[in-house]
Amino acid sequence: MDLHLLNAEPTAEEREAVDAFLGAPASGWDGGARISRDNHTAAGGHAARGRRHLLLPAFHAVQSRVGWISEGALNYVCERLTIPPADAYGVATFYALLSTVPRPKRVVHVCDDIACRCKGAEKLCAELERKVGPAYHYGPDGDHHEIPEDGAVWLRSPCLGLCDQAPAALVTIAGTSPVERLFGDVTVAKVSEVLRGELRSTSDPHPRIPQAGDDSLRLLRRVDVVDPSSLDDYRSRGGYQALRRACDMGPEAVIREVSDAKLLGRGGAAFPTGRKWDAVAKQPVRPHYLICNADESEPGTFKDRAIMEGDPFAVVEAMTIAAYATSCEQGYIYLRGEYPLAHQRLQHAIDTATNRGFLGTNILGHGFSFEIEIRKGGGAYICGEETAIFNSIEGFRGEPRNKPPFPVQSGVFHKPTVINNVETLVNVLEILRIGGPAYAKIGTEGSAGTRLFCLSGCVTRPGTYEVPHGATLRRLLEMAGGVAGGRPLQAILLGGAAGGFVRPDELDIPLSFEGARTAQATLGSGVIMVFDDTVDLMDMILRIAAFFRDESCGQCVPCRVGTVRQEEALYRLKAGRARGGAGAEVALLEEIGLAMKDASICGLGQTAYNAVESAVKRLKLFEKAAAK
Amino acid sequence: MFGAGGGTSSYREVEETDVIFLWGANARENHPIFFHHVLKAVHNGARLYAMDPRRTVSAQWADEWLGLNVGSDIALSNAMAREIIHAGLANEAFIRRATTGFDAYRKGVERYTLEYAEQETGVPADVIRRAAHAYARADRAMICWTLGITEHHNAVDNVLSLINLALLTGHVGRYGSGVNPLRGQNNVQGGGDMGAIPNRVVGFQDWTTDAAIRQKFEKAWGVKLKPEYGKNLTQMFEAMDHGEMRALYAIGENPAQSEADQNRTERLLTGLEHLVVQDIFLTRTAELASVVLPASSSWCEAEGTVTNSERRVQRLRKALEPPKGARDDMWIISEIARRLGCDWGQPSAEEVWNEVRSLAPMFAGMSYARLDKEGGLHWPCYDENHPGELFLHWRLWKDPIEGPPAPFSVVEHDPPLERPDAEYPFQLTTGRRLDSYNTGVQTGGFTSPLRRGESLDMSPEDAARLGLMDGDPVRVTSRRGSLVTPVRIDRSLRAGLVFMTLHFQDEVKTNVLTVDYTDPKSGTAEFKACAVRVEAIRAAPVRAAAPRAPDSAP
Repeated sequence: MDLHLLNAEPTAEEREAVDAFLGAPASGWDGGARISRDNHTAAGGHAARGRRHLLLPAFHAVQSRVGWISEGALNYVCERLTIPPADAYGVATFYALLSTVPRPKRVVHVCDDIACRCKGAEKLCAELERKVGPAYHYGPDGDHHEIPEDGAVWLRSPCLGLCDQAPAALVTIAGTSPVERLFGDVTVAKVSEVLRGELRSTSDPHPRIPQAGDDSLRLLRRVDVVDPSSLDDYRSRGGYQALRRACDMGPEAVIREVSDAKLLGRGGAAFPTGRKWDAVAKQPVRPHYLICNADESEPGTFKDRAIMEGDPFAVVEAMTIAAYATSCEQGYIYLRGEYPLAHQRLQHAIDTATNRGFLGTNILGHGFSFEIEIRKGGGAYICGEETAIFNSIEGFRGEPRNKPPFPVQSGVFHKPTVINNVETLVNVLEILRIGGPAYAKIGTEGSAGTRLFCLSGCVTRPGTYEVPHGATLRRLLEMAGGVAGGRPLQAILLGGAAGGFVRPDELDIPLSFEGARTAQATLGSGVIMVFDDTVDLMDMILRIAAFFRDESCGQCVPCRVGTVRQEEALYRLKAGRARGGAGAEVALLEEIGLAMKDASICGLGQTAYNAVESAVKRLKLFEKAAAK
Repeated sequence: MFGAGGGTSSYREVEETDVIFLWGANARENHPIFFHHVLKAVHNGARLYAMDPRRTVSAQWADEWLGLNVGSDIALSNAMAREIIHAGLANEAFIRRATTGFDAYRKGVERYTLEYAEQETGVPADVIRRAAHAYARADRAMICWTLGITEHHNAVDNVLSLINLALLTGHVGRYGSGVNPLRGQNNVQGGGDMGAIPNRVVGFQDWTTDAAIRQKFEKAWGVKLKPEYGKNLTQMFEAMDHGEMRALYAIGENPAQSEADQNRTERLLTGLEHLVVQDIFLTRTAELASVVLPASSSWCEAEGTVTNSERRVQRLRKALEPPKGARDDMWIISEIARRLGCDWGQPSAEEVWNEVRSLAPMFAGMSYARLDKEGGLHWPCYDENHPGELFLHWRLWKDPIEGPPAPFSVVEHDPPLERPDAEYPFQLTTGRRLDSYNTGVQTGGFTSPLRRGESLDMSPEDAARLGLMDGDPVRVTSRRGSLVTPVRIDRSLRAGLVFMTLHFQDEVKTNVLTVDYTDPKSGTAEFKACAVRVEAIRAAPVRAAAPRAPDSAP
């Protein structure tokens, strides 16, 4: 595409924000002042286009400095990176955390998603509307609010991944030293304070690990036990022993251990990790890339955050081992944008590990090199899809790609790529600690190892739990102290918004891949969200439907149209305005759901009907209405 | 050097080459189809270098832009040659085996140091050096050029200087390596193929120097052929000026607006005793004509063949009946012949084509049946079993070579004849835009969201100096004429360089400004370089607020 730059100029602040990230412009063709050399030459081409992957970080730089991305800022970023503004605008508008319309510097994103709804998020929002004013809206046709004089607004947000401390909010304060903080147990008073720029009564979230310190823990053993900022503390608890073992064994042996351990991916697809690594290791094309998928955005999921915040060196070590086994020299952590504390701790861990020779060149004297860069997401659920991550890292809209080619053949930058999520990677440390065959004995026949579960909603002790595969739902619920306040259980959402509901009489489902499959459920991302008898399930389902409609990337028709039609039908059902009776609407939902399942490009569309389907088929939610 | 005029390479090779020099060609806008092949190459990893005074949209795609001064192409190419020789990157084996005149060439380029080239072209020496090395070291490399090379008073020398680079490095006659003039119309190549040039008959055959060829045509056509070349367009206008040429038959050409120094052109055309124009539009030239012959559109209302830039001859098929009164070109020409006493009958397109095949060996193997079946064929194609040639001059890589060796040509830097001075301080260069074509005859009839109308494009620096805002009207004056046009601020230009097109001749007669210095060898005028003066036209002073009687009203 040709450049076609705009005539808009950046403000000094915007220019500074971009230059602070990209460095000063190299020439007049690169956004700087024109010097005489520029009259007769310009560099561009492959080198300039090779900087495309810096687009999203450059936008973040503007967003976190200015609070939004003006036309002038967009144009300047485009000039610096040789990207057509029309193209870059498509990228900027793709991400919810980036604003291309004026937005003040102080913004509180208040979660109104399912877990927080169980904890009164709707009431909180209503109260905010009354006491603080309506949620900020800036439409394209003058249909918008004035930016308040104090320069602070609040917005509704989808799940922020702090469901164990619901209701949750994320405050972002743009400026030269930007502030981003995720905080829980939100009250109107806290929001008002934050809007005034006072952060005293809020603090960074502390991971809730009810089992903390338990010797039987494998993945969570150090979380809430070690100082997450101390490499020495990490090493005193077994840290970096796995990498040493790996280096002693050699890459092929590491892959063999992982294969012997029968480790299956925890991201949802349950693909054998050993096979994935082996496929990349054998690819003759270079370079190979490693990506840690830390875009944990499934509503109700927060387990990866617990690890990243509580044991960041484990993520770094596990990635280093994966890179060693598969000959990757560059790794990315694609981290969801709503996890500022995890970002900070991981960055600290990366820097420390680099300083101490655990990253960089000639790691542990074994002659291999590996570097890790954190790429911050922009608030797009779809970017948890592995191929969407590739596009996002490369600086394009985070739209999933068709498969094949599979990531192991052609992933990020169209090179062979290992992509695993945080939990999967951290399991590798345990595999190297106890050996693959021993690891395979943990859990069940078809599901080796332990598994993290995120308990939230109406439960006594919400938090991240670790149990061997095969433990029952009932066991987990008991560990979390049962339904809060001893109220009757109405339903459990298992696996997240893309998972499904189960009934109170199904608590003996064994939580393993095969156990869930037999019960026609899914473990998904380990969500166990508990709803007591007071929860309006219809409201939850509508919120889930709204979530998918909002998060559909719009690339393929079945999902783009299907998620809208699904939400509309649910609205009609809720409002008692079913067309042709509730039965007809339910049949329509089924038809839409099948179309999405069959024809969507990626998992988002394929699973967008799951929760609704389970409500229809398992909970018989509409049966009474349909009978009328 | 190579005899037949045509690009040496096929599009497929462009996509699979390693280095592309786009020299004096804004192909992104002016050869968009060809540029798609370039883009495929770029996406395949090829490095692109753009030599153009403006940083055009094509140049924006380039790894490096070499923004040379207008008309300093030979200083640049000779300096590259010197650098290649001194760096030991010349393909000596190829030079020894397949070329002549290298020693003279080497001596000729010796004075073109990088420093001298920087001084003449403006392009920094390190950039020239890098481009030269990239070209010479590439496994496959191509030079593509268009009017930025040929619309100069030393057009042929410019072309020869580029061919020299190809000979020096052996980047010709191999798959993916070649020299390619890009064709501006779908059938510019075909026009030359068919002998619509003054110095060759069909198939690039010279009847003046080769008696056998002359006899072949005389026998076929039943007439005696004078062994002398016809006149090129520039010579025709000179002949009109001298009163030697008094009648003109223009087919699908609009010289009244496409020629340089338009005031003179129009005077000469109106001074003719008889002017016949055969066209599908009533062009400005047609308006001046004694007789207008409405023709049919060759791409959809006629049968025939077309040859594209990669020398691929393809069939055209009639899809529509021409409007009432419009006739097929062949019918018109045959009918004129009949009325002049030569009854050729009304041959079909295929019959004419078969005559072409019988007289021009390079097309002999291209039957209509084969063209249909094989989706066109690259010339030359000597017989029914010949597959056509994807690229030309492979013979230079035979050991020993087949046919004559390719000669180096010693050419010297010779800047444009009219250079900016105190009175006319701006260098005006002309060109074309994406959505318009030449004088606008073919493109003025439809709207385009991109079309902006004519403007004088100017650097932000000059505009600021003259106190001009985008859209302000300016008077542009050269030694030959003057016009008024809005100014458009364009960052692709540097201070001192201004740009116009010839697309809107009815509104802005750009060619009243241009010079008609022509290259004696090709007859092409130096459209790319003349000197102009630019003056702001100040808005009329604001009238006093007090109402006045409209005494001056008409």
